[in-house]
Amino acid sequence: MTAGEPVHRVAGRGCVLRGDDIDTDRIIPARYLRAISFEGLGEHAFEDDRKQAKGNHPLDDARFDGASILIVGRNFGCGSSREHAPQALARSGFRAFVGESFAEIFFGNCTALGLPCATLPRAELERLMESVELNPRQELVLDLARGTLASRAGVQAIEMPAGARRQLLEGSYDATAVLLEAGDAIEATAARLPYVSGFAG
Amino acid sequence: MGGRSLLDKVWDAHSVRELPSGQTQLFIGLHLIHEVTSPQAFAALREAGLRARHPERTFATVDHIIPTDSQRRPLADPMAEAMLVELERSAAQSGIRFFGPESGHQGIVHVIGPELGLTQPGMTIACGDSHTSTHGAFGAVAFGIGTSQVRDVLATQCLAVARPRVRRIDVGGKLAAGVYAKDVILTVIRRLGVKGGIGFAYEYGGAAIEAMTLEERMTVCNMSIEGGARVGYVNPDDATFAYLRGREMAPQGAAFERAVAWWRSMASDGDASYADRVRFDGAAIAPTVTFGINPGQSVGVDESIPRLSEVPDDERPALAEALAFMELRAGAPLAGTRIDVAFIGSCTNGRISDLREAARVARHGKVAPGVRTFVVPGSQAVQRQAEAEGLPAVFRAAGFDWREPGCSMCLAMNPDRLQGRELCASSSNRNFKGRQGSPTGRTLLMSPAMVAAAAIRGKVVDVREIL
Repeated sequence: MTAGEPVHRVAGRGCVLRGDDIDTDRIIPARYLRAISFEGLGEHAFEDDRKQAKGNHPLDDARFDGASILIVGRNFGCGSSREHAPQALARSGFRAFVGESFAEIFFGNCTALGLPCATLPRAELERLMESVELNPRQELVLDLARGTLASRAGVQAIEMPAGARRQLLEGSYDATAVLLEAGDAIEATAARLPYVSGFAG
Repeated sequence: MGGRSLLDKVWDAHSVRELPSGQTQLFIGLHLIHEVTSPQAFAALREAGLRARHPERTFATVDHIIPTDSQRRPLADPMAEAMLVELERSAAQSGIRFFGPESGHQGIVHVIGPELGLTQPGMTIACGDSHTSTHGAFGAVAFGIGTSQVRDVLATQCLAVARPRVRRIDVGGKLAAGVYAKDVILTVIRRLGVKGGIGFAYEYGGAAIEAMTLEERMTVCNMSIEGGARVGYVNPDDATFAYLRGREMAPQGAAFERAVAWWRSMASDGDASYADRVRFDGAAIAPTVTFGINPGQSVGVDESIPRLSEVPDDERPALAEALAFMELRAGAPLAGTRIDVAFIGSCTNGRISDLREAARVARHGKVAPGVRTFVVPGSQAVQRQAEAEGLPAVFRAAGFDWREPGCSMCLAMNPDRLQGRELCASSSNRNFKGRQGSPTGRTLLMSPAMVAAAAIRGKVVDVREIL
């Protein structure tokens, strides 16, 4: 996950995580945010859900071992802005997410880390989930350039905001470098804002 | 040709350039940081050999991990102390002002920004915290960001972001007695859903919103993100300017008058066009309580918990999951549900007016046997004001536990946590599974007055029966 490396395609096995409105507190419980780095978060992804599922959580399902694409429902990643959530999922092996929709901050955090979040309409998503549950060993190919997800369910057209897709394809998702290119234009914008000078007369 | 919304005016004024991605490079006027989401950003900055570009536009405080029994240094928990030290060090190295426990200004980041006068109309405000939408109450465009974006702001004072569309939410009429801003926003989220706001900024207006104090507007804007909207705001008006006048970091004297003229000009035009418009009748809103595991799953306290057959097909699995987790019965009234814990506080409802309303209820009884309570001021300034008004004595006399300022039991990054299957009446913002610190703990969101009422009755009760 070198920052700035273009992401054209993600190929690998899928893991089906059903359910809507799965929030970032569930993805990584807050007690693991008591740290000053993201190291070691991978092993705690979905920890409380997994414990309560007593081995029946998709992340503990041997059929999905080695999966790199997490297939989720609607409004995935809602709630807290914690980047620890995509960090934890990336550190447990996921390189891309496919779902019906994603919460905005989670989506932005993923993009900033080079992790694509692609959406499918609910009926198409259901077909994909069923296919992967039936044949968990199959390889899925998320192709950002073509805008497709290929699986045994067929070649499905994925959706992704054009800006994020372009950032991933170009490797320009590490925004700091891009923003710095604006140079003096940043200060020129600031100078036009009356509050920046404290409304000096 | 329609007029422009505040969102559009602020966006255009802060736009440095359009990026090839189609996003805007947006100048950020105010950057707030806390100890949880910034350390990795400072580390990334150092790694890249960069420095904070405008340290004078970033302010720091400590809120999530701070214990509410004693803030004495070193903090009892070594990891909490380490996080605090890390933030102190990074802020000092970067020349960023830090409002720590010794400053007299420490508090929840979304409480201290407004009370210091840092939060002002027409600004862009970012913070590595999803409840940054709170600051929209002042007519700022304020939103939560992740750690990579905290790094971006530190390094460039800018963000790469897409312009949201604007949904105007009118709340007309007058709220009934015993009905609060919290009930308004829970009702909005209940109707529009927890993902209804994705891609939108919510502009709140109408008679009920205009009649609200700035603190009440903050409660409404705070929970915009729970409806999926990263940004929520209210147009600035005379109440906004009156709140800001004389605040420590607000413009003073003649500059204040110039500021008011500019702030006023940033409000949405009367003929502004909106991507969507939704209306609510404020007079019809009842005290509202969540029964599920997301903030959209709520009912009026006089209603019953919905049956599976009463919700759309695609919401049934979520409702079934919620009822199973909460151990609540479809079709049963929520009122009467026994509680174990009562929490009054958080960036949603930890301000002086929230504490006053809760205290008003607390005067009517004593905490029911077996109920644990936490009353947590949102900041040291709120704490001082409450003390000046004698509120801690009111709470203590009723058996409530009055504590030091911080995020406390909203999110369980400090010692204040639910245990086991405890059920908590909470004035906070999230009822997610495990949110309050016990993986199997349960949360009912409601207004601070309703929490106080639940505490003294030991069960969910309509606060209007007490007041």
